[in-house]
Amino acid sequence: MSDPEARPGAAGARPSVGGVGAISGPPLLMVEDVSVRFGALLALSKVSLEVRRGEVLAIIGPNGAGKTTLLNVISGFYHPYEGRILFDGRERTHLAPPDVAALGIARTFQNVALFRGMSVLDNLMTGRLLKMRGHFLLDALWWGPAKRQELANRAKVERIIDFLEIQAIRKMPAGKLPYGLQKRVELGRALAAEPTLLLLDEPMAGMNVEEKEDMSRFILDVNSEFGTTIALIEHDMGVVMDISDRVAVLDYGRKIADGAPEHVRKDQAVLDAYLGATHG
Amino acid sequence: MTETFPRLVRDNARTRPERVAIREKDYGIWQSYTWREYYEQGRLIALGLASLGFRRGDKVAIIGDNRPQLYWAVVGTQALGGVPVPLYQDGIEKEIAYILDHAEARFAIVEDQEQVDKLLHVRASCPRLETIIYDDARGMRAYSEPFLMSLEQLQEEGRKFSIGHPSHFEDEVEKGRADDPAIICYTSGTTGAPKGAVLSHRNLSVTAGNAAEFEKLRDDEEILSYLPMAWIGDHIFSYAQSILVGFAINCPESTATVLHDLREIGPTYFFAPPRIWETLLTNVMVRVEDAAWAKRRLVRFFLDLAQDLERARLAGRPASGWRRLLYPLGELLVYGPLRDNLGMRRVRRAYTAGEAIGPEIFLFFRGLGINVKQLYGMTEASVFITIQRDGDVRLDSVGTPIPEVEVRISEQGEVLFRSPGVFQGYHKNPEATAQVLDNGWFRSGDAGFVDAAGHLKIIDRVRDVSRLASGTLFAPKYLENKLKFSPYVKEAVCVGQDRPYVTALINIDLTAVGNWAERRSIAYTSYTDLSQKPEVAALIRQEVERVNASLLEDDVLRDAQIRKFLILHKELDPDDEEITRTRKVRRGYIAQKYAPLIEALYGERDHVEVEARVTYEDGRTGTVRADVRICEATMAEVAVR
Repeated sequence: MSDPEARPGAAGARPSVGGVGAISGPPLLMVEDVSVRFGALLALSKVSLEVRRGEVLAIIGPNGAGKTTLLNVISGFYHPYEGRILFDGRERTHLAPPDVAALGIARTFQNVALFRGMSVLDNLMTGRLLKMRGHFLLDALWWGPAKRQELANRAKVERIIDFLEIQAIRKMPAGKLPYGLQKRVELGRALAAEPTLLLLDEPMAGMNVEEKEDMSRFILDVNSEFGTTIALIEHDMGVVMDISDRVAVLDYGRKIADGAPEHVRKDQAVLDAYLGATHG
Repeated sequence: MTETFPRLVRDNARTRPERVAIREKDYGIWQSYTWREYYEQGRLIALGLASLGFRRGDKVAIIGDNRPQLYWAVVGTQALGGVPVPLYQDGIEKEIAYILDHAEARFAIVEDQEQVDKLLHVRASCPRLETIIYDDARGMRAYSEPFLMSLEQLQEEGRKFSIGHPSHFEDEVEKGRADDPAIICYTSGTTGAPKGAVLSHRNLSVTAGNAAEFEKLRDDEEILSYLPMAWIGDHIFSYAQSILVGFAINCPESTATVLHDLREIGPTYFFAPPRIWETLLTNVMVRVEDAAWAKRRLVRFFLDLAQDLERARLAGRPASGWRRLLYPLGELLVYGPLRDNLGMRRVRRAYTAGEAIGPEIFLFFRGLGINVKQLYGMTEASVFITIQRDGDVRLDSVGTPIPEVEVRISEQGEVLFRSPGVFQGYHKNPEATAQVLDNGWFRSGDAGFVDAAGHLKIIDRVRDVSRLASGTLFAPKYLENKLKFSPYVKEAVCVGQDRPYVTALINIDLTAVGNWAERRSIAYTSYTDLSQKPEVAALIRQEVERVNASLLEDDVLRDAQIRKFLILHKELDPDDEEITRTRKVRRGYIAQKYAPLIEALYGERDHVEVEARVTYEDGRTGTVRADVRICEATMAEVAVR
C-alpha cells in the first residue's frame, strides 16, 4: 500500500492518488467519442473518458456543462448518437437502464428519488430486486426458497444499514427524513445492488459542512471497504480535491481536462471555464 | 461473596453455561452470547494480552459504547491481575490524554476508528501506551502502525500463546485476590483534574451483592446497558451485578436507537438519571398532544387520576373512593398500553439517581405502575449507599442504607458513610484521598439529614449551605430545586446567608406562564411585561407558598421558608454570565449584579425600578427598564401538623 503516514480520516486527506483501491489493467469503463444531442442542442460533444478500476473519479464543470448527461448516458437513460461505451472491455453502448444496472452499475440522483412512503428498510430492499429471483406462488406463501432468499437479502441490507449508521431510522418512512439522511439512504439503496461501478450525481448538494464530511467519509469507506469504483459529480471543490483520485472537467459538452486533482487545479482551461474567460 | 470477578464469570460458565449473558443488537437482530462464550472470549483476550507481555497490575484503557467485546476486555484484563480503566467515549482528546497518562495505561482496547484516531493524536503525550487494540475494523485498512491491532488478531495471538502456555490463564486467575484493585473510575470533578477512584473486587462484589439481595434480584432479570461504561453505575449494573446474580445484559444497536431497543427488550431492572425520565415523559406528552381530542382528554384524565392517587399513597393519605374505583379502568385503557409502549411493562424495579427528580415526573411513572425508586450513591462507595425500599418510597428522600452501610451526619451537617464498598483511594493522589477519608468514614460533600423514619434526605452541596442571621440552616439549592419543580418557574435564586429571612429571585417560564396567561385572556407584550403582571405574581406566590408548606415536613429546614420574592424582569442568561452553559446559577455574580433588587427584598418598599443591561446574541448590548414588584409570601405555620 501507499505511504503509511497518510491516512484517510476525519480531515479527509487521502493517501497518494489511487492509493486505496486503484488496480492497474484495462479501465472498468471507457467512454469513446460520445456525443449526445437534444434537438439542436449538442449536450455532449465527442467526450472520451475512462474510469479506472477502484478509483474515485470526480466529474466537475460549470452548470450546463453536460455532467448529468454523461452520467445518464453511462447508466442508459440516454443513448449517444455517436461514439461507444465499453464496460469491462465489452461494448455496452445501447443498453436500457435495467440492463445497465444488471451489469453492476448503480447510481443516485441529483434530486433524491426515493419511495417516499416506504420505510428506509424497504427502500434499501428495492435495491436488491435485481438480485432476487421471484416465483409468484412461493413468494406469496413466503415459503422455502422465497423465505431463504428474503432473509439473505435482508442480511445484506442490514450490513449496509450498519455501514451507513442509519439503524435508528430503519423503520421510518423515507419521505419524512431530513434531506441529508435521504441522500444517505439513496446511497444505501445504490449500494444494496452491490455495484462494481457507483455513479453519484451531486451526493453532497444542499448539505451543511458536517453532513458533507459524513458523506465524504462514507464515499471513501465504500471505496476502500467494498472496492467499489466511484464516479461522482460534485460542485464543492474542497470535497473534490479531498476525496477523488482523478478529476475530469467538462465545459459546454466537451471534456477540457482530465487528471490528478492538483494537476487539474492548475490547468488554464479549467481556470478559464470557472472564472469566466471568454469562450472562443 | 469475596471472589474476584474472573472467578465469578468462570463459575457462571460452569453453572449456567448455555444461559444468555450478553445480547447485542447487530445488523438488526439481537445476537446472544452465553456465559460460556463470555468466559471463553475473556480468556482469549487475556491470553492475547499475555502474549504481548502483560504484567500483573498493568492498566488497560477501555473506550467505546457498551459492547460485549468491551465487557469481555474488562474480565480479560482482570483475569491477568490487570486493572481496566474505562473512559468516556465522547471525552475530548485532552481529557483522554490526561487519564491515559495519569493511569499509566500500557494498553488500550477501543471500539472503533473514531477512538483509534483520538488515541493516535494523544499518543505523543502518553509515552507508556504501547498497544492500541480495536474491535471494529471498519475504516482501519489504511492504518499500518505497528502498535495497532484488531481484537480478532489479539485473540488469535492468544490462541497461539495458549498452546505453549496451556495453564497460564487458569494460573493467573487463581493468583487474583479479592482485595486487588478491580477497576479505576475517573470522576469528572467540577473543579480541578479528574480523580481516579480505585475499587477492589471486594468493594464491588460485597456492595453489588448486598444491593442485589436487598432488592431481591433474580437471575432472570434483563437490563439495558446504555449508560457510559466509564460511569461506575454501568460497571455495577451491567458488570458486577450481572455476574454476581447471573442475569443478562443487553447492548443497544447504537446510541440513537436506545429508546427503541428499550421497547424491544422490555427490561425488568432499569436505571436512568432524571434527565432520561424527563425525556421519556416529554415524548409521551408530545404524542398525547398530537392525539385526537377525545383521546387526549381521556389520557389526561387518567394520568391526572393516577398521579393524585400516587401522591396520596406516598403521603400515606387515603385516596378518595371514586378514584380508586376508576383506577382499573385506567389500567386497561391508558396505563397498561403506555407502560408497554415505553418498554416498561416488565420493570420490577427502576432507579433514578444523580440529582433531584421533579415530583411530577416521579409521580407520573409511579402512577403508571412502574416501580421507580430513588437511590443515593457515589463512585467512591461502589455506588450503593441508600435505596428506597419497596413500599417505603417517598418523594423527597433517598431511602435507607443498604446492609453493611452506615450513614452518619457530621456536626457540620455533612453526610458521612462507612461501608465495605468504600474505595481504596484515589489513584496516585493520597492528598485527595486523605481529604475525604477519615477513619474509614467517607465525606460525601453533601449536606443532608436523617429524618425520624430513618430516611436520608439530601439538601445541597455542603459548600453551598449556610445560615441565616438567626443561625437557622439555609440550603439555597434545595429551595431552588423545589421551586423549579413548578412548571411556571424556570430558574430561581435564593438568598439568605447572614440575612434575617430567606428571599427568592424567580424567573418565570415564558412558555408555561405565557400559555397560562393566554388561557385567562391576560394580554402581555413582552417577557418583561408578563413577568410584572399582578396575576402572574399571584400565580408564583402560590408556588412559593407550596414550597413553604412542603418545608414544614423538614425538621431541619422548616424555618428557612421564603418570606419575600420578586419575579425578575429578564431571563437569566449564560450570555450575560448569570448562569453557566450547563445552567448552574452563578450566585456570586448575581448577588453583585442584582444588589439593588436584593436590598429591596430586605427593605420596606413594595416595588423597585431597575435598569439592566442585556447582551444580545450578536454581541450588541441594550438596556431593559422595569418596575419590579416585591411580593410577600405567607410562611406556613408549624402548628398545622
